[in-house]
Amino acid sequence: MSILDVTNPVEPFLRTDRMPHIWCPGCGIGTTVNCFARALIESKIDLQSIALVSGIGCTGRVAGYVKLDSFHTTHGRAIPFATGLKLANPKLNVVVYSGDGDLSAIGGNHLIHAARRNIDLKVICVNNLIYAMTGGQTAPTTPGHAITSTSPYGTCEPAFNLPHLVEAAGAVYVARWTTFHVKQLARSIGEAFQKKGFSFIEVISPCPTLYQRRNKLGDGLDTMKYYKEKSKVKHGAPTSEVGLTMTGEIIVGKFVDRDRPDYQSLLHAQMVESLGECYVEPSETVCSCS
Amino acid sequence: MKADPRGVLTGTHFLDGDHACCEGALAAGARFAAGYPITPSTEVVERFASRVPKVGGTFIQMEDELAASITLQGAVWGGAKAFTVTSGPGFSLMMEHIGYAAMTETPCVFVDVQRGGPSTGLPTLPAQADMMQARWGSHGDYEIIALCPNSPQECFDLTIRAFNFSEEFRVPVMFMMDEVVGHMTEKVIIPPADQIEVVPRRKTRKPVEEYLPYGTNGDGVPEMAHAGDGYKFHVTGLTHDEHGYPNMTPATQDKLVRRLQSKIHDAIDRITLLEEECLESEDVVVVSFGITSRVAQRAVEMARERGLKVGKLRLITCWPFPEKRIRELAATTKAFVVPELNLGQMVREVERAANGKAKTFAVPHAGGSVHRPEDILKVIVEASR
Repeated sequence: MSILDVTNPVEPFLRTDRMPHIWCPGCGIGTTVNCFARALIESKIDLQSIALVSGIGCTGRVAGYVKLDSFHTTHGRAIPFATGLKLANPKLNVVVYSGDGDLSAIGGNHLIHAARRNIDLKVICVNNLIYAMTGGQTAPTTPGHAITSTSPYGTCEPAFNLPHLVEAAGAVYVARWTTFHVKQLARSIGEAFQKKGFSFIEVISPCPTLYQRRNKLGDGLDTMKYYKEKSKVKHGAPTSEVGLTMTGEIIVGKFVDRDRPDYQSLLHAQMVESLGECYVEPSETVCSCS
Repeated sequence: MKADPRGVLTGTHFLDGDHACCEGALAAGARFAAGYPITPSTEVVERFASRVPKVGGTFIQMEDELAASITLQGAVWGGAKAFTVTSGPGFSLMMEHIGYAAMTETPCVFVDVQRGGPSTGLPTLPAQADMMQARWGSHGDYEIIALCPNSPQECFDLTIRAFNFSEEFRVPVMFMMDEVVGHMTEKVIIPPADQIEVVPRRKTRKPVEEYLPYGTNGDGVPEMAHAGDGYKFHVTGLTHDEHGYPNMTPATQDKLVRRLQSKIHDAIDRITLLEEECLESEDVVVVSFGITSRVAQRAVEMARERGLKVGKLRLITCWPFPEKRIRELAATTKAFVVPELNLGQMVREVERAANGKAKTFAVPHAGGSVHRPEDILKVIVEASR
């Protein structure tokens, strides 16, 4: 085998005909996609069973680059779209892959309700602390005092602590890593595929073009050094204590791993209890097609 | 193909329009609905929530209409026939996803039981003031189909047509009821399943390597794959090429948006459903739709009792607007009279299609009740002069 025959092991997971991608140098989203692909290789899940749903934004573009059934939906609505997909075809492994602004601001209501219902979705939230696609505006996740294009004198709003939010709403699996923690992230994604229920993985990721630059936090490499030096792995950390600041410690790890019945199990149990033999499983009558 | 008998409640029933609409959806093969409660439409999903677990399907009540209107589209790509039901304020929230369905060519049905607006307006009272919103409410150029029933029986029959059109053309279909049609109770006959024709999904049978998710042949409607079928396709609301890949160039935009229009326009004769009565060389033609057509019927009878030559045209398909028929009639008639429960929406279309060949008279009504036949009669008399 010549050296030219060597291919990247994640290549089969990508729409290589769509490369190059739109992400900036130093952006962390591509790194998360690499981790996602490696998790799929590791877990040996049938790729035909996976559907990936994104919203709008830089991370929303992931759906366009993975060689899977993939849906680039509307801003904030990846989770409800994914909910319909999963309910109509429970055999699918449905992944929601989107950004912090998409999932926690415009889509925040859907995030908490999907966690409450415990819909069996794997949510990967790439948190770059900003609205990047539109030019670096304040997000609900932007740490206090950070400069953004819409808070030129520094943001004053308290930021969302996403792991705390989704744990409170009912997620069964909650983890956080940075794009420095590639092995741990891939492992977490693999674990989420083993869970039945609403799983949420937050990935802290740099936006050198807009967030780091405006806040004089250096480039992509400087951010990796920051992630390396200031991250502290604390599995099982109380999520109320993992809020982020601009330059402080980043608590990472698996915070929540618990079991409670997912939506479809609850629905099934309720219907069987109330209707007995009159209940007809929905999966038996997915649209009779030509 | 014929309807799945499990969803068909064959027999003679006494139903209101909302319940009849639900039975129409079940007969058409809908096995998924996502909804959010809103008067006067909620009875449709209440009945669906009660009925569908016994025929093999799912209802989910979502956290808002934004969610409901996209959850149903996820279900469609997962293989189900799906719909949602709402009224004015909820319909406003659903606009973005009507655009998404049009752009991604997701076959589905949006039921709007119209009530008085704007804003919260008249939750329990009728209007027909969402007609332009149904056509133009989402941003950008697109085409939809809108049907307007005037009885519980039609709520059943035309809901099936709505699903069939949505599957045939891969387009969101607006089912434009109103509070009175939704809440009036009448006899509804549901035929046996083998007498109900349903259009199946246009699924592709092509080998994976040959399948182009947005490639089309003669009729401009692409074949569909479902998630999990193995095609590994991509769907986006961005301007996309035949592969379904984002391609944001003027040329791709032009080709795509023109096809979204032409696939409906080219089939307009097949989509147009009209009810006509005595239209040959009448002086006045009353053009109406939905509940107003039933009031107009009385006004037409009163006018004829006075010796006036009046015909009646009922729009069952409101969008695409049947302008060809209006144009034909404009050549032989003196005037159109257009009563509707709004301050002038479809009348603009009639006037545009008549193009000065016949006069057009509006009979506006702000909603909250139906017209009095006398009010329509007065305008018919004026138009006959």
